[in-house]
Amino acid sequence: MIKAILIFNNHGKPRLIRFYQYFAEDMQQQIIRETFHLVSKRDDNVCNFLEGGSLIGGSDYKLIYRHYATLYFVFCVDSSESELGILDLIQKMYEKVCLSLQVFVETLDKCFENVCELDLIFHMDKVHYILQEVVMGGMVLETNMNEIVAQVELQNRMEKSEGGLSAAPARAVSAVKNMNLPEIPRNINIGDINIKVPSLSPF
Amino acid sequence: MPAVSKGDGMRGLAVFISDIRNCKSKEAEIKRINKELANIRSKFKGDKALDGYSKKKYVCKLLFIFLLGHDIDFGHMEAVNLLSSNKYTEKQIGYLFISVLVNSNSDLIRLINNAIKNDLSSRNPTFMNLALHCIANVGSREMAEAFAAEVPRILVAGDTMDSVKQSAALCLLRLNRTSPDLVPMGEWTARVVHLLNDQHLGVVTAATSLITTLAQKNPDDFKTSVSLAVARLSRIVTSASTDLQDYTYYFVAAPWLSVKLLRLLQCYPPPEDAAIRGRLTECLETILNKAQEPPKSKKVQHSNAKNAVLFEAISLIIHHDSEPTLLVRACNQLGQFLQHRETNLRYLALESMCTLASSEFSHEAVKTHIETVINALKTERDVSVRQRAVDLLYAMCDRSNAKQIVAEMLSYLETADYSIREEIVLKVAILAEKYAVDYTWYVDTILNLIRIAGDYVSEEVWYRVIQIVINRDDVQGYAAKTVFEALQAPACHENLVKVGGYILGEFGNLIAGDPRSSPLIQFNLLHSKFHLCSVPTRALLLSAYIKFINLFPEVKGTIQEVLRSDSQLRNADVELQQRAVEYLRLSCIASTDILATVLEEMPPFPERESSILAKLKKKKGPGTVPDPEDNRKERCANINGATNHSSTTANAKASAPSFIGDLLAPVLPPINRPRPVSSLSLLPTPLTPLSLQAYAMPLSPSAGSHFQVSSPASDLLSLGSASTLNSTPPSAPKASASLLVDVFSDNSPTAPIGAPAVVVADENFSRFVCKNNGVLFENQLLQIGLKSEYRQNLGRMYVFYGNKTSTQFHNFTASVVCQDGLNSQLNVHAKPADPMVEGGAQLQQTLNIECLSDFVEAPVLNIQFRYGGILQNISVKLPVTLNKFFQPTEMGSQDFFQRWKQLGAPQQEVQKIFKAMYSMDSEVTKAKIIGFGVALLDGVDPNPSNFVGAGVIHTKTSQVGCLIRLEPNAQAQMYRLTLRTSRDTVSQRLCDLLSDQF
Repeated sequence: MIKAILIFNNHGKPRLIRFYQYFAEDMQQQIIRETFHLVSKRDDNVCNFLEGGSLIGGSDYKLIYRHYATLYFVFCVDSSESELGILDLIQKMYEKVCLSLQVFVETLDKCFENVCELDLIFHMDKVHYILQEVVMGGMVLETNMNEIVAQVELQNRMEKSEGGLSAAPARAVSAVKNMNLPEIPRNINIGDINIKVPSLSPF
Repeated sequence: MPAVSKGDGMRGLAVFISDIRNCKSKEAEIKRINKELANIRSKFKGDKALDGYSKKKYVCKLLFIFLLGHDIDFGHMEAVNLLSSNKYTEKQIGYLFISVLVNSNSDLIRLINNAIKNDLSSRNPTFMNLALHCIANVGSREMAEAFAAEVPRILVAGDTMDSVKQSAALCLLRLNRTSPDLVPMGEWTARVVHLLNDQHLGVVTAATSLITTLAQKNPDDFKTSVSLAVARLSRIVTSASTDLQDYTYYFVAAPWLSVKLLRLLQCYPPPEDAAIRGRLTECLETILNKAQEPPKSKKVQHSNAKNAVLFEAISLIIHHDSEPTLLVRACNQLGQFLQHRETNLRYLALESMCTLASSEFSHEAVKTHIETVINALKTERDVSVRQRAVDLLYAMCDRSNAKQIVAEMLSYLETADYSIREEIVLKVAILAEKYAVDYTWYVDTILNLIRIAGDYVSEEVWYRVIQIVINRDDVQGYAAKTVFEALQAPACHENLVKVGGYILGEFGNLIAGDPRSSPLIQFNLLHSKFHLCSVPTRALLLSAYIKFINLFPEVKGTIQEVLRSDSQLRNADVELQQRAVEYLRLSCIASTDILATVLEEMPPFPERESSILAKLKKKKGPGTVPDPEDNRKERCANINGATNHSSTTANAKASAPSFIGDLLAPVLPPINRPRPVSSLSLLPTPLTPLSLQAYAMPLSPSAGSHFQVSSPASDLLSLGSASTLNSTPPSAPKASASLLVDVFSDNSPTAPIGAPAVVVADENFSRFVCKNNGVLFENQLLQIGLKSEYRQNLGRMYVFYGNKTSTQFHNFTASVVCQDGLNSQLNVHAKPADPMVEGGAQLQQTLNIECLSDFVEAPVLNIQFRYGGILQNISVKLPVTLNKFFQPTEMGSQDFFQRWKQLGAPQQEVQKIFKAMYSMDSEVTKAKIIGFGVALLDGVDPNPSNFVGAGVIHTKTSQVGCLIRLEPNAQAQMYRLTLRTSRDTVSQRLCDLLSDQF
């Protein structure tokens, strides 16, 4: 189970926190500080796993993290999760966040690898929604990025239709248009699954 | 603040965030935040209805403020209102706010639940998803109560969308985690298992997670999932990388699902069905084979995904621990990873190998990697990896490689990270002891340990080395020599001084022959450290000195000089002062014989589980520290390990475990028994007793009794003066004759009057099973009589204490103790007794007894009083037995046999055949059965010489019907007793009680 997802910058400033077990607010902040302390002193080319800090459960929990430019993405998980699996999940989530932020802020020219910390703050709700599609109540909900993209797109479409003329900013409209592009192959994929899986079932 | 303009991607939020970022100080930031909070509050409270955009913006601001670590104490209501909006965006924000900011105890939960209920029944998949997310994220009990029945229904309903199914599965999982009692297992469980066959891999993944958790709790209910999981896994593993489309990640087919399926299989033993088992083995082999194939992509994602599956497969192989070939292949695979350039893989390989090392099939294979692991310990740059290497070395250690591993760990310790030093110290100490063939090596290792990492050597470690040295006479001389040499170092760790002091105090004589380590040199060496040490160590050294006086009479003068110095005799620390005073007196007064007895060498310690292992287990949590060879049950691990008298161990924890107690206690066995102690122990000052007494105190329920037992040293002092003052207590003539014998011999014929007190007196106990009145206990001083009456589950007992002497008993106390679990089964309330019993008088005490449930043990009556200044301790088992709560039941023959048949289950009947102890008089037997409490039923048994009885035991919680049949066999002088009750423990107890009576 994932106990917490923490995103903070190189100075320990939290940029997104999500706890899947209840902690009081001040405890949450202490955990962030402790985790930052543990993670930030590590070189970039050491391994991505370490034992959890005492506040979050000690050696029964692992911190699995990735460091991207100015941001740390840290997952605190128990022993029931695959370390490499979570590591990949972080990568996927990061890519997804980058992609959607880029789409959203229409800066497709921006280097893909460098999600701007500010973009993340300014679109915190978006990041939360993406996260929500990936992790639910501490369990990984979906690992298929296309599925996640589809969900987020669906949300955007609904937002757009609801916002209507009064709220939807022109730039957001164009952004949503851009986002619709990757949708086409996805629909085909679903068709594929429906066809392929029955052919496998005789096993 | 600039005006918020719409249409520019929440500019207000951007402005606010940049304002915060530009704040120069914490104060400025707080000021800015408060301003913003006030603004939002007024907006929320304002009359004008906010549009969705504004609500969204303000909620985002609140989230940001919360992120910065500020409490958000408003806005919850607004968020709840957003839930009932028809607009998706508003609903979404409302749910987000609640998931992040509402904790599970919020009083808003009821309102939130309402909104969730509406969304769940909306049939709009997006809304349903939002609602399920919210339930899963908050996961409170109220939510579980409200939706525990609904969520499974959604999960298995035929028309539920795939994405909703996924959410429902995880939501159910979350509810099962937080409130397992509320999630009913029902007909849906079978259908959940079949979700493993679902076409949508996302649903399968979620279902697998759910089933894994449920199967851990109810493995039997989900047994069928094994074959489905194997089938699914096999299809994935053998599929071409393009088959699974979206779920193929960098050329690896559905890695996440594979991992989850492999996890699920780890809830079960290897499948019994040969076909399934074969298929699973095939899968595992395929996964192992794929690891050897050249990578299909250079991307790290590819290798991560592939290896995630591989590691999980290896975990499963280790879990099954049944296929030697697979185990060895797994080990080889991990061996490759040990030298992989990816740090993550090295880390995981070390971790997995740790579990592999405990399998007998692969232990040897793991051992072949020892050089690599040692190398990892030396060269890894990452402390996480080094720690795993230490763990693995510990796990792979056995007799063949112990010396090498311990040496490597010791040398690593010199540079190890501070955070893991203590753990390494414990591990080295354990391995050194466990695999020591040669105890000189063990002693060297531990001394090295103290030298290298003295600060991290916990008490347990050096206690343990002393225990071992004391118990093995072959190593004592070597130990003395080694510590003597180690102490030569100008700066040595205090722990070394402690070990040195103790060992030289005990075995310094073994090296005293060498002029380089003559007694005086030894003493001077120890004493040169004295002033640098803390009080407990100094106390220990003082004890070592007094032992020196015994070992080496030639240094007596020097040591007495030291003890006599002001810095000792007038030390500000009362413990040190007292030791100095008492040891000095002891050395002056006692003859060599007495000294030799008091200060005799320590007797061997009882063998026990290493206290260090217990400590490591405690540190790492149970189950994480495998004791590689044996799984001995963890016995009472008293950290001091020195007290070999069970009566004293109980006290050991409560009192400050000063080492002097350890040092001396076993030498003085008699002090573990209650004994008369002269009230005239003529100590010049009211000293607090040595902590040694705290160990030695017999049955002292109150702290006040600390002073009632004086130290052996003070006894000696009083001894010296007692004879001259002729102040012996009048009625204990023998006790005064030789106090010395009392103090120093265990089997003295002049055993003091209170002697039986350590053993709880119970010789009269069984006499009271069938009667309620009589004399329970009697010795020269005291007689205890009982009168008792019982009605249903209540009883009252009058205890009469008769003073048989002509002198007063002072400080008389009598209390009843219900040990162990008895206090939850039996309530005994004793009214306080008068503290004074006049000579020849009788004192009455009333006990009220309540039986809560059936019980076996008996309460103990502890009596303490002073007689002629001598403390007397008496403990007597009170005859409160289960049968006292019988109500006799009359019944006819037909009735009896009908009930007899009803109680026919094998555990309800207890039968015993035993030899008659008394003459087989049928009238006496009848009287005893009636006294036992049952009704004697005449004419029930066809054989008139048999006895049949019936009764009901009344306890507060229940009533237990009981039927008894006793068949005497006069020829064989035997009885057969049969009891049938509705409860097996009752049958057994009653049978035990009654069978002693005939």
